[in-house]
Amino acid sequence: MIENSPFTVGGRTGEAITINGTLPAPLLRMREGDRIHLAVTNKLEEDTSIHWHGFLIPFDMDGVPGLSFPGIRPGQTFHYEFTLRQSGTFWYHSHSGLQEQAGHYGPVIIDPATPDPVQYDREHVMVLSDWAFMSPERIFTQLKQEGGHFNRNNLTLFGLFNRDHNPAQDMSLEERVMWKKMTMDPTDISDVTGAIYTYLVNGHGPQENWTVLFVPGERVRLRFINASAMTVFNVRIPGLPMTVVNADGENVRPVTVGEFQVSVAETYDVIVQPTHANAYTVVAEAVDRSGMGRATLAPRMGMAAAVPPLRPRPLLTMADMGMGGMGSMGGMDHGSMGGMNHGSSSGMSSMSGMNRRKMRNPENAPPDVKVGVGVDMIAPMPKDRTGEPGLGLKNVGHRVLTYRDLVSLKPNKDQRQPSRYVEIHLTGNMERFMWSFDGQKFSSGVEPFRFALDERVRVTLVNDTMMQHPIHLHGHFMELVNGHPGNYPLKHTLNILPGSKLSFNLTADNPGDWAFHCHLLYHMHAGMFNVVTVRPLTRRRRG
Amino acid sequence: MKSLPLALLFCLLPYAALAHHTAEHSKSMMMGQMGDPSPTPYEAPPPPEAFSGPAHAADIVFDPMTMAEARETLRREQGAKNAYKIMVDRLEARMKEGNDDYLWDGQGWYGGDLNKLWIKTEGEGEFGEDPDEAELQALWSRAINPWFDFQAGARHDFLPGDLDRSYLVVGIQGLAPYFFELDAAAFLSDEGDLTARFEGEYDQLLTQMLILQPRIELNFSAQDVLEIGLGSGLTSVETGLRLRYEFHPEFAPYIGIGYERLIGDTADYARAANEDLGGWRALAGLRAWF
Repeated sequence: MIENSPFTVGGRTGEAITINGTLPAPLLRMREGDRIHLAVTNKLEEDTSIHWHGFLIPFDMDGVPGLSFPGIRPGQTFHYEFTLRQSGTFWYHSHSGLQEQAGHYGPVIIDPATPDPVQYDREHVMVLSDWAFMSPERIFTQLKQEGGHFNRNNLTLFGLFNRDHNPAQDMSLEERVMWKKMTMDPTDISDVTGAIYTYLVNGHGPQENWTVLFVPGERVRLRFINASAMTVFNVRIPGLPMTVVNADGENVRPVTVGEFQVSVAETYDVIVQPTHANAYTVVAEAVDRSGMGRATLAPRMGMAAAVPPLRPRPLLTMADMGMGGMGSMGGMDHGSMGGMNHGSSSGMSSMSGMNRRKMRNPENAPPDVKVGVGVDMIAPMPKDRTGEPGLGLKNVGHRVLTYRDLVSLKPNKDQRQPSRYVEIHLTGNMERFMWSFDGQKFSSGVEPFRFALDERVRVTLVNDTMMQHPIHLHGHFMELVNGHPGNYPLKHTLNILPGSKLSFNLTADNPGDWAFHCHLLYHMHAGMFNVVTVRPLTRRRRG
Repeated sequence: MKSLPLALLFCLLPYAALAHHTAEHSKSMMMGQMGDPSPTPYEAPPPPEAFSGPAHAADIVFDPMTMAEARETLRREQGAKNAYKIMVDRLEARMKEGNDDYLWDGQGWYGGDLNKLWIKTEGEGEFGEDPDEAELQALWSRAINPWFDFQAGARHDFLPGDLDRSYLVVGIQGLAPYFFELDAAAFLSDEGDLTARFEGEYDQLLTQMLILQPRIELNFSAQDVLEIGLGSGLTSVETGLRLRYEFHPEFAPYIGIGYERLIGDTADYARAANEDLGGWRALAGLRAWF
């Protein structure tokens, strides 16, 4: 039952959209192979919907109004019915308007039909999200009014004089002028920030010391789900290494890290094994370091561990401009430059010749990319950055998960070579807050991405913007091409770093119409959305 | 340059899997990967069965009319939402020797990403009196590139006496390299006189909340317009330096200094009429938007 409910955090109460009265919505526990029947009643005064994120189900059960079904009208009940042919950690959320920002999301665990290869004694779900007291519609309007409006951590003149002592301001005057010349902002990491967001873990603010329990020596499975509207999180548990065992619901070869970045709509399951009866802080730091979600892992209630301070905000680099292949600046990462000198001088020579025109040369994109008002940049030399740990996480003193660390536990089912290549550009205009695929907003009436049923395709996503985009394909898994052929990890959401490119193999085996979009809610709302069609709708019987 | 081969290797690494692809296919893709600007990466069209019906899958399950409606909502919600902004750029008191006066300068827009209705107004007067001059513009604003809008429309000046004038307006407004905000417009009056105005400003953040804004405005006239005291050429220069404190980005009081001066023949006309030519002023005001 979907309704409006008050929600309180940090001593303030706002209006939320909840399912059965809770934020996040209740945990749904299902079993692989089961036939599921869910009745969803809409008690709102507007249409609503539930999308089953990452589920391989028939298109008419996918829950996107205007694509898979008409939506659920006020007062109506819609019956979802489908059979589960997968297992793992997933989530569900509204696909109507901006309702997701208001609390309309919840976790799903699908237990495997066969014994779970992941051994654990105890498990906890960690739903990470961002809450705002400002209405989602107002947030969107403000982004249109001023693209960088929520950034309260800009480069400043006083910062320039003090840059030796402040990594967040550590950019030379020369470099600042170069960035300004191109009307680009190296501090523009998140569109919506801690200026208005309270970051939640399972609906609890950082002050609430929301605690989950363990018995020392136990293997504890933490299922992290990033159900945010706009926030990419850096997750770590100081003092406790985490072994990643599952990404986006699919098991991966265990890899032990000190930290991982989880983009919007992604999920990661980790195993931790605390041996001492200490409390540990689970830190979910916003990628732009403007705030954090916090929970505690403790042997009993009432304990707390030290909460580390927010680390300095990273600065974007030339690699984020899509000049990753140029000079030696490629992998440089200011945010964590701890002991490094201020040397970007090596990159300056190649940067000094750049201007707005060269940064959006249509010749650097295929002809089907419309380089118009909505496109302020075409990455001149986009680079594969799947080997990087994510924005601002180089040299943080411990191992950080990268996309190349992910290896599917099971061999990929479809070992065919792709028969076709498709290139899709992620495009935008930061100043006007326009976002699109191939330079065209969905609202402008675009041709869908068409696939033949069971066709095997290689898709390359090129990020022509200076922001990262978590791209989600409904009804399918994408095999992330990351150097592990045959065991590519399967993902429902792929995060594309700024100015980079990334490829996936797709077997279009689920007939129907599917949403394909950036899972940053306001990017989608601004036009970064399209439809993937898979035809014909039925398989011809063979033999 | 040492790392260039390494970077190339990185680019190609994921494509190792494609090794036993057709040579032509791989080659063209590789070239695309290396950032070679000229060749287009090979992209084949979808096979014919991908185009088989129905056009909209959900139409075979749900009422096609209801779906068509919902589909239109989906389209509008992903990119067609209009927005607005109302901006009070300068609402200020201007102190100089003799008499103090006031000034307002604001604009507002409503519309989509490409087309907007844009309203601008400014005016000034002495405290306790009606404005000496007030100006209102209504413009259609069309985005012409990622940063600039072309604007066209009408302007009306409310002037004391019988001197009211209307103009056709053509201009551009937007964000130049280095984050300079520019607004340049030409005005053709109902008397046939051509004038022009250029405004530029820049925000220098001193801290996150303390912002220094230099501003310049130049006015030109293509001919003498005696009724309103304009001489041909550059008619006036107005500069200002404003220091604002953003209690909230939408609400920022400021203080500043300004210097303005009539120029050339325009100055001579003013001098002959025993009018003020301009000078230094201390400024205090408010910048706000919502």
